[in-house]
Amino acid sequence: MSTTSAHTRYDLERVRADFPILTRKMRGKPLAYLDNGATSLKPRPVIDAEVSYLRDISANIHRGVYELSEQATVLYDEAREKAKRFIGAPSDGEAVFTKSATEAVNIVAFSWGRKFLKPGDEILTTEVEHHANLIPWQEVARQTGAHLRFVELGPGGIITAASVEAALTERTRIVAITGMSNVTGFMPPVAQISRLAHKRGAIVIVDGAQLVSHHPVNVEELDVDFLVWSGHKMCGPTGVGVLYGRRALLNNMDPLLYGGDMIVRVYRDRAEYKEAPDRFETGTPNISGVIALGAAIEYLEEIGMEAIAEHEEHLLEYALERLAEVDGITLYGPREGRCGGIISFNLGQVHTHDVGSVLDGEGIAVRTGFHCAQPFMRHLGIHGTVRASFYLYNTREDVDRLVTALGRVQEVFG
Amino acid sequence: MNLGDDLYREIILDNYKSTRNRRALESPAFRQEGVNPSCGDDIELYLKSDGEQITDASFEGVGCSICIASANMLCNAIKGMEVTQAEELVERVKGMLTRNETPEFPDGAEDLEAIQGVAKYPVRIKCALLSWNTLHQLLDEVRSQARSGD
Repeated sequence: MSTTSAHTRYDLERVRADFPILTRKMRGKPLAYLDNGATSLKPRPVIDAEVSYLRDISANIHRGVYELSEQATVLYDEAREKAKRFIGAPSDGEAVFTKSATEAVNIVAFSWGRKFLKPGDEILTTEVEHHANLIPWQEVARQTGAHLRFVELGPGGIITAASVEAALTERTRIVAITGMSNVTGFMPPVAQISRLAHKRGAIVIVDGAQLVSHHPVNVEELDVDFLVWSGHKMCGPTGVGVLYGRRALLNNMDPLLYGGDMIVRVYRDRAEYKEAPDRFETGTPNISGVIALGAAIEYLEEIGMEAIAEHEEHLLEYALERLAEVDGITLYGPREGRCGGIISFNLGQVHTHDVGSVLDGEGIAVRTGFHCAQPFMRHLGIHGTVRASFYLYNTREDVDRLVTALGRVQEVFG
Repeated sequence: MNLGDDLYREIILDNYKSTRNRRALESPAFRQEGVNPSCGDDIELYLKSDGEQITDASFEGVGCSICIASANMLCNAIKGMEVTQAEELVERVKGMLTRNETPEFPDGAEDLEAIQGVAKYPVRIKCALLSWNTLHQLLDEVRSQARSGD
């Protein structure tokens, strides 16, 4: 098997060797993992970091004065610095560890939204959003009397700066938008959108679950106020997410959860709260997960996010070319603008789960169904798609196997 | 494991493609929607009855081949059955898919053995069971109407 590629700046075979799971078989066939939009595989340094904390340190953070607790605290705090560095956080920005990107959106929706949104205010979002960046806003709108407004989508779900500008009003308080669609891979022009929103006095929260895992991101260049992302989609473990926010905003928000470690002074009937990030990190956090996320960041930085994005771009190009040969295929998504390494499609009238099951039988993992984006499926007028999504370890051979297996789907259902 | 051999046996594909039972029944008929939110299977099951006997069954909706084939087999199997027999059949199908029981199906319902292979694919079991769970809800209605008509 040749995995070398003229389009990849790093040694693809060496990278693949870092992921022990790639030696596993699925349904008796070598694994072609094309469900990176859902979660990524984990490389050995990440697994080792998580295990090493559990085995060698185990102590809680920010509490004990003994050596093990000190080591845990240092590793945990270092991971925060890595997380901030990874997205180019400025000195007035902070990173809060959460259990997921979803929880991070909920903190902003409820801690910021419930405090600052007034009846008649507007939350601007899009139908492309993952449910995680929609349902918290529906709920906070219901609770505050704010209105949820939607940007008009162009063909395939394209979002332009002009369409956002047209939807902004003097009542818009916050724009909640994805950095990269988990269905089509489309990447809205976030920096332009932020500038337009700020001109109107609105703040911007970007769902970076897909964007941050696959592309170099600099929050200063994007000029966003909040950016949420997830550890497990970028080679880290499950159970860790990050909420980046401007410190001034975070410190004006009420905590969402209350308890230990987020307080300065506690009296019988009241308490004073710390500033961010501790303000939002009450309770013992996912220490092993945060430390392992730190290892994932270092791993990705060493390979280079530019190089990873470039590798995926070439795979995407190759896959689009190969999939065009498949009879009866319908591809979804904008054909202009920037797109990350995600392809959504349907094969004739075959149900997505049937396609998924036949591919599974060939050792190929894809996502099928709604992708937690029901309003977008409704917009496209479909009941779901089959989604192939790439990452740093995928090969052209994975794409070739996908194309061959789609032929098998046609044999079974044709 | 080979998909061609178990998950997509010919009987399943034939039932999936069959259009015989894919229609709405005119009222008065019992009607119940069944949805699998995680995958989008969404069917509408219809029954007609004479007392406690099921005289007609049909369905409409969207779903994967497993879901649709299972619903089609269900309609074929329960026509003419008493509510009690249909309830027994629901239990047998559930037993086959979730409790690893070896099924014994009455005459006319043997096709159902073809979905036994689904038990090996845990995430697809809910596809096969959607119409049966929906039927279970409807049978209660059929019975209570039959009794109130006595």
